[in-house]
Amino acid sequence: MGARRVDARGLSCPQPVIMVDRALKEGNGHLEVLVDNEVSKENVLRFLNKRGFHTEVEEEVGSIVIKAMK
Amino acid sequence: MRENFFASRSGIVVVGVIIGISAAWLQYLGNPANMGICVACMERDIVGALGFHRASVAQYLRPEIMGFVLGSFFVSLLAGDYRPRGGSGTLIRFFLGMFAMIGALVFLGCPWRALLRLAGGDGNAIFGLLGLIAGVFLGVQFLKRGYNLGRSYPQHRASGWVFPALMVVLLFLLVFRVSFSPGGPIFFSEKGPGSQHAPLLVSLAAGVIIGGLAQRSRFCTMGAIRDVILIRDFHLLSGVGALVAGALIMNIVLGQFKPGFTGQPVAHDNQLWNFLGMALAGLAFVLAGGCPGRQLFLSGEGDMDAAIFVLGMMVGAAVAHNLNFASSPVGIAPFAPIAVLAGFVFCFVVGLTQRERLNL
Repeated sequence: MGARRVDARGLSCPQPVIMVDRALKEGNGHLEVLVDNEVSKENVLRFLNKRGFHTEVEEEVGSIVIKAMK
Repeated sequence: MRENFFASRSGIVVVGVIIGISAAWLQYLGNPANMGICVACMERDIVGALGFHRASVAQYLRPEIMGFVLGSFFVSLLAGDYRPRGGSGTLIRFFLGMFAMIGALVFLGCPWRALLRLAGGDGNAIFGLLGLIAGVFLGVQFLKRGYNLGRSYPQHRASGWVFPALMVVLLFLLVFRVSFSPGGPIFFSEKGPGSQHAPLLVSLAAGVIIGGLAQRSRFCTMGAIRDVILIRDFHLLSGVGALVAGALIMNIVLGQFKPGFTGQPVAHDNQLWNFLGMALAGLAFVLAGGCPGRQLFLSGEGDMDAAIFVLGMMVGAAVAHNLNFASSPVGIAPFAPIAVLAGFVFCFVVGLTQRERLNL
């Protein structure tokens, strides 16, 4: 199954977390979240880790990709 | 990747304690009572010093504000967080800032001062804080219905220097006490809260240190309440709790803790308007994504939309004093209710209409 992609680049807190929350409520267990700043990365990671997700971070130029699996 | 200690639970608690202790200590060294740090009051004093309002008791170029921006600027450069950006609902943020300031000046303080007033024993602050919570709760309802001001976009690297540079100019005017005309600005209050201040270098140093720490820890008084209501996250709230605890202990040690409702410094006891003023401010902070302190720290790290919010707050301070919206220790001003009502109408229209569909 492919990962559900959430593009939260250019958005500031709490929008990225709200978008991830919405994606989780749709029943997705495999996410790929794109953010473009450290604050969003920290907030999304804190949110997902607290909900028992295993997360991996890949930093690229201009964007940070957070991969999350239940 | 280096871990950011200040983004951890212990990190934000340490930052909160440092802010609380510094604020109480600044009061001990000369800042007005329960106003060791008040972003709204201090911006209002800066606006007064420049002559944009003429409330003669509220005129001083507060170095804490300059320190907040510059501390955040330097630390964000060092940490690689400096990222010039802008273009997200810019004009709307200006007016959100304006109404946030008007609401804060009806209560007589921003969320930071509400916490410090509580830590100083001012019972009226409880009604302000309840208002703040109510305002944030309202704002969260808009967030849940898809409210957002849209994406921001990267800007040229030098554009993020403009706001810190403005702070350097203000600092220059303060250090050299520049006078532009006989009897004209820069004004320095001779009595009242504007005349009370800690030594310049201490205020500036405290501001720079807090600005740097807050940039790293993302400290935000509004976000603390918002995150609890929105996602049951207590991370930022633990920092706010630490601030109150730090200030409370320091106030007791320094003999500054004076519990009561009447005769509290730079405060009034009209509880309905303490509540409503702060509710308006809280709502505007949610819609703009940060408390007034956070907006300064964001301005330092290159967020030009946050800088516009700050400028909106400054214009709001001038408007509030010139048009008789701002409270005084005697009570609220004649036109305060109309201004607060107008602010709520503006925030509701913004909250309901700014719902760009974001493609997840």
